[in-house]
Amino acid sequence: MKKLVLVSMFVLVALIVVACSAPAPAPSAPQVVKETVVVKETVIVQPTAAAKAPEPTKPAVAAPTAAPAPVALGARFTAIKSRGKVICGSNDQVPGFGFLDKATGQFTGFDVDFCKALAVAVFGDAKAIEFRPVNAAQRGPALQTGEIDVLARNTTWTVSRDATWGLFVGVNFYDGQGMMVDGKKYPTVKTLKDLKDASVCVQTGTTTELNLSDRFREEGVTFKPVVFDTADATFAAYQGGRCDAVTTDISGLVARRSLLNVPADHKILDVVMSKEPLGPAVPLGDASWYNVAKWTLFALINAEELGVDSKNVDQMLTSKNPDVQRLLGVTGDLHTGLGLSKDWVVKVIKAVGNYGEIYDRNLGPNTPLKMDRGINKLWSKGGIMYAPPFR
Amino acid sequence: MAEPTTTRVPFWRDVRVLTILTQVIFVVVVALVAGFLYANVSTTMRQRGLVSDLRFLDLEAGFEIGEAMIPYAATDTYGRALLAGFSNTLLVSVVGIILSTILGVVVGVARLSPNWLLSQLAAIYIELIRNTPLLVQLFFIYFGVFVTLPSVGQSIEFQGIIFANQRGLFLPRPAPTETFATWAWFILGAIVLALALFYFSTRVKTRYLGWVALLALILLPVLGWFIAGAPLSFEIPVRERFNFKGGMNLSPEFSALLTGLVLYTAGFIAEVVRAGILAVRRGQVEAAYSLGLNAGQVLRMIIFPQALRVIIPPLTSQYLNLAKNSSLAIAIGFPDLFSVATTSANQTGQPVPVYLLVMATYLAMSLFTSLLMNIYNRSVQVLEK
Repeated sequence: MKKLVLVSMFVLVALIVVACSAPAPAPSAPQVVKETVVVKETVIVQPTAAAKAPEPTKPAVAAPTAAPAPVALGARFTAIKSRGKVICGSNDQVPGFGFLDKATGQFTGFDVDFCKALAVAVFGDAKAIEFRPVNAAQRGPALQTGEIDVLARNTTWTVSRDATWGLFVGVNFYDGQGMMVDGKKYPTVKTLKDLKDASVCVQTGTTTELNLSDRFREEGVTFKPVVFDTADATFAAYQGGRCDAVTTDISGLVARRSLLNVPADHKILDVVMSKEPLGPAVPLGDASWYNVAKWTLFALINAEELGVDSKNVDQMLTSKNPDVQRLLGVTGDLHTGLGLSKDWVVKVIKAVGNYGEIYDRNLGPNTPLKMDRGINKLWSKGGIMYAPPFR
Repeated sequence: MAEPTTTRVPFWRDVRVLTILTQVIFVVVVALVAGFLYANVSTTMRQRGLVSDLRFLDLEAGFEIGEAMIPYAATDTYGRALLAGFSNTLLVSVVGIILSTILGVVVGVARLSPNWLLSQLAAIYIELIRNTPLLVQLFFIYFGVFVTLPSVGQSIEFQGIIFANQRGLFLPRPAPTETFATWAWFILGAIVLALALFYFSTRVKTRYLGWVALLALILLPVLGWFIAGAPLSFEIPVRERFNFKGGMNLSPEFSALLTGLVLYTAGFIAEVVRAGILAVRRGQVEAAYSLGLNAGQVLRMIIFPQALRVIIPPLTSQYLNLAKNSSLAIAIGFPDLFSVATTSANQTGQPVPVYLLVMATYLAMSLFTSLLMNIYNRSVQVLEK
């Protein structure tokens, strides 16, 4: 009798288990789908975008040209407009590019100014931004999940990131991986070949390590990497003399050199070990928002090319140059295709200046970084910075 | 069911049934939570396009590793790179365990020494080491000691064959020549002869035969060296533009990590040893002294064999800690398993499988160490009567 009770107990428990485990996936399934609702507008496109990139973008891009008058705003752009501010994923640790000024509590820098330009373009107000500091490892997921509206954080544009993170809107800084040595100790070192059997300090977590090995292998020269997990440890070991050379993006070397004991002793070799086109990116899935971000960047570059800056923009409204007239919205209705106001470029230039002004303010000769424009000069001035025209 | 069932307890109040029932419910809840977590992770990863499998192990790694116990080049696979990192972890763990045991026992015994100065010095060392974080110690040892050694130009040198500078310790490397085989026979002969003599000495209880065995072990290979004619050649490190080349190199990263791990773990082992020695009853020591044994003999023959039984289990934990703490290597630039795994995870974009693999490796290493120590522990335990 007792056994019978026990057995029936087990049958009962088994039934409960079955009953519980059957619906168990059910509650988890809708829950997961529920999470997706947020992600849907950004990530669901991903497999198609990765597999057949042209298809989803084509109709989206074609839409404004086919029916120029009332542009259909995408889900994200609509959400941003109703929210009243742009959420910008930025850096807070690299002076000149994205830096949280401890004294003022304000974000400053080259990439930060792009976010400001974007906020002015949409709302006419450079303060309509919420900054979300993201580190190197967080930035991809932040863009994938659509937690941020735009990522402006010295990020290299690559095919894998375009396919899985979001869409890069263009290049705002052409960078490359460089090599720094103590010029006082090794005055004759000029190329990577001269660094045969040298110890090179490098930080893990980026593509730098791979580029380093690739370039030395290509030159047929051996070297010894010493790998650290933070930039501080990497440069402390270099400063201490543990390594003969240190490598990272040239912009990073310039910024870090200013923190060394005797910055003038250290020279950055005249070699570019990789292409590192840095630029802002937006989440996948909203072509109208992508267009706004893209043409804000192009407007900044075109303004410099046409000589429009924050001081003369009001006079320029009466310019006879048809290119300037179209850029500033004096003639034509280019703004409608983007879903922005007629004078959006005027407001942007007035608030943050053109590309050249942004560069000089954050990185130029009057800043501690003193970075030469180099290849970031306009194409008309011997560089490669080039933007499609406003037409 | 017609019989009167006044004594029957309904099953929901039956203690035996309830015990089983609560256990079953507990297991079911745990299984459901685990299942939900797994489903959540895999679904999310699928949505984000993160395919997790181990296929990346066969892809070319492309990055260099500073030093490794096995041959490795940038053209090798990720699997090989992780193996190279593991070889470094293994080396630093094994050498670290041996050295920290020796230092720990010495300090632990010194801590109990009747010599006031010695025991206070040991106490200061133990308290200083045990009460500061290992990561801080490693940074101090690496940046404060090894990187501040003289530069390559001003190396500390010994007889022009051994050099020490901030790039590490450079020693001559022995390489066998064609006469090495002849010499090897001499060594083998010496070992056999020494063993035979030693075995014989225990039988006849002659004092000097043991010394003769030792002498044979040393003299025969020396004799063989001259008869065979230089069976080994030494590659002496040569200064080049940036660094010394050739010879054996002990890198500052390895040295700093090993020093840090040994000093840190020895502090804990010293306390374990002290506890073990104190666990041996006072009467044992007094009896031994009264038999006329000297201090060294008491320690070696009476105290240690009994203390070992208490020491082994906590010592095992210290060994496991040392092996796991070696993953701090990444902070001071030593390419151990975790450091290589970090680079691999970043390059492949597959953090989940990479770190699972690393966890499994550390787990296997720890379980293997535990197994060995448990076998040893069983051999030192006496069967209590």
